[in-house]
Amino acid sequence: MTETAAPIRAKRVLPGFTLSLGTTLLYLTVIVLIPVAALILKGAEIGPARFWSIISAPRAIAAFQLTLIAALIATLINAAYGLLMAWVLTRYEFPGRRLLDALMDVPFALPTAVAGLSLTALFSGNGWFGQVLEPAGISIVYTIWGVAIAMTFTSIPFVVRTVQPVLEDLDPSLEQAARTLGASEGKIFTRVVFPQILPAYLAGCTIALARSLGEFGAIVFIAGNLPFKTEIAALLAFIRLEEYDYQGASAIALVLLFFALVLLVISNRLQAWAMRYRGAE
Amino acid sequence: MTITIKGLTKSFDDTPVLRGIDLTVRDGELLALLGPSGSGKTTLLRIIAGLEWPDAGQLVVAGEDWLALSAQQRRIGFVFQHYALFPHMTVRDNIAFGLSVRPRAARPGNAEIAQTVDELLNLLQIEHLADRHPAQLSGGQRQRVALGRALAIRPSVLLLDEPFGALDAAIRRDLRRWLREVHEKTGSTTIFVTHDQEEAFELADRVVVMGDGEILQIGTADDLYDAPACPFVARFMGAVVELPVNISDGRATARGLDASALPVTSAPDGPGRLFLRPDSIALIPDPASPWQLSRKISTGADLRLTLLGPEGQEIPVDLPRRSAPPVEISQTYRLRPSVGALFSDDAAGAAATPIRLSA
Repeated sequence: MTETAAPIRAKRVLPGFTLSLGTTLLYLTVIVLIPVAALILKGAEIGPARFWSIISAPRAIAAFQLTLIAALIATLINAAYGLLMAWVLTRYEFPGRRLLDALMDVPFALPTAVAGLSLTALFSGNGWFGQVLEPAGISIVYTIWGVAIAMTFTSIPFVVRTVQPVLEDLDPSLEQAARTLGASEGKIFTRVVFPQILPAYLAGCTIALARSLGEFGAIVFIAGNLPFKTEIAALLAFIRLEEYDYQGASAIALVLLFFALVLLVISNRLQAWAMRYRGAE
Repeated sequence: MTITIKGLTKSFDDTPVLRGIDLTVRDGELLALLGPSGSGKTTLLRIIAGLEWPDAGQLVVAGEDWLALSAQQRRIGFVFQHYALFPHMTVRDNIAFGLSVRPRAARPGNAEIAQTVDELLNLLQIEHLADRHPAQLSGGQRQRVALGRALAIRPSVLLLDEPFGALDAAIRRDLRRWLREVHEKTGSTTIFVTHDQEEAFELADRVVVMGDGEILQIGTADDLYDAPACPFVARFMGAVVELPVNISDGRATARGLDASALPVTSAPDGPGRLFLRPDSIALIPDPASPWQLSRKISTGADLRLTLLGPEGQEIPVDLPRRSAPPVEISQTYRLRPSVGALFSDDAAGAAATPIRLSA
C-alpha cells in the first residue's frame, strides 16, 4: 500500500472570515447598492431626451444653481472655521475644552428639523439676530443666505472631526525641529503642519460639501422654498414625488447622486495627491 | 562657543529631573552626556536647545544669556532621536528648510541655498538621495539627512539626542566614525546624549556621567575607568563585582581576598565596599578561602567563571583561556584583583568618599 499524502489545508489564523464578510456584503447591498441601482434603473427608463428636458427645465436649473452655490458658501465658511476649531481643540488647554469638544457633535445629534426651526426663529424679522440684521437691510430668511446658514450648521462637524485626530497625532518633534531651524510660528504652520493635515482637511471639506448638497430638513424651514429663488434640488425632487411624477423626481435625484459621486472621486484624487510622498511606508 | 551652565534645576509635576547641574563645555569640544534612562540627560540637552525651560539656573553661551532667547533665536542644530524629518519634503528640501524659512532680508538667494545643500549632500555622501522623500530612506540615511538639515544653518552648537539609538550595530559603528569626521571638519561645539558607554568613549573628548538628575563625574574614558567617583559610576563602568570589606589602614580586607596588588588609600577605617571588574581578578588556589568555583564556560578566548561566596553570593570572573593557570570546578580560590575602587560605607554607602585605587 502506498501512502496517500493528504493535501495540507492551511487554517486561517482568524476564524469567521466568510461569515463576517458575507454579512457585511449583504448589508451593504440591501442598504446602499440596491437603492442606488434602483434609482439608476428608474432614471434609465426615462430616456435621454425626456431626462434632459426634466433637468434642464428652468425651475430645475435654478434649484441646482441655488443648491450648489449655497453649499459652496457653506463649505468655505466651514473650511475656515472648522480648521480653526480643530486647532483650538487640539492645541490649547483651557477650562471648558471638553464641553466645547462635546458641543461639536450637536449638529450631528440634533434633528435637522429642530435646527431649521430654531435658525428660522433666530433670523426672522422679530428673532434675536433678525432684529439687528433686518433694519440694516440684510435679510437671511427666505434668501440664499438662509439656505447657506442652514447648510453650515449641519455640516460643521465634518471638517472639525476629520482634521482633529490628524492634528492630535502629529509628531510634536517635527514642529520642534522647525523651531530649532529658526522657522517662525507662521512658517511652521504653513510649511510643516498644514501640509501634514491637508489630506484630512480636503476629505473633511469634501464630505461637508456633499452633506450640504443633500441637506433637506434644516433648509426647508428657513428657505421659504420659493420656486426659482430659494427652492433647493432635494426639495424639488420631493415636490415632484408628491405630484406622483416619479420620473421627474428620480431624474433630479440622479443629478444629485452624480454630484455626490464626482465629489467622492475628487476627494480621493486630492487625498492621493496630498499623500503622494508617503511612498514606501 | 563656550557653554556655561550653573545650578540648573527642572521638575516635571513635582518630580525632580535635574537637581542642580553645573557644567562648562569648551569651544569646539565633542561632549557626551552618558547615563541610564531617567538620568535627566535628554532634558538637559533640550534645555540647551530651548525646547524645555529650567525652573532655576543659568545658561550662558559665548557670553550671551540663552534663557532670554527662544529656540528660534539660538541657532542651534538639533538632531532628534527619531530624526523628525519633514515627511512631505524631499531630502533636498529638508536640508534647505532652515535657510528657506528665514525672513526675506536674511534669506540667502536660491542659488546660494542650492549650493549649500549640494555641499552638505556631498559631505554626508547622500547626493544620490537628494530627490527622495524620507519614507524611502533607511534609518542610517535618515540620520545623515537629519544631520545635514541641522548643519545647513551653520549652527553655533550641535546637539544630538541618542543619535544612533535606533540603528543596528554595524551602521552605528560606521556613523560614529563618520560623525567624528564631520565634527572635525565643521569644528562646532557638539553635545550628544547616549546610554551606550562604548559610543560615548569612542566619540567624545570628554564624557559627562549623569545619574538621577545629577552630574556624577566628568572625564575621559581613562579617568572614569581608573578612578570612578562613586559606586554608581564604578558599576556603570563595568566594575560589577561588589564585595563587602573592612577597611583598615587604607586597605580592603575580607576572607579570601588578597588586596596586596591594590595601592594603599586614604579611606577611613570601617566597613566599605570594593568594586572589581570580572576581567581583572586573578585566582590563586587556597584551601582556606571561602570562594569556590561553581561554573566554568569557555567562549574560546575567555573562560567565564562563576565563584560561590561565603554568604551564597555569586561573582563572575573572566580569565584568558590560554594564558591563565588552569582552574578546577569545586576548588577554592583566593581573589587577587589588580584594579578596584574602594568606597567606605558611611554617608549611606554612597558617593561620599571617592578613593582612587588602581594598580
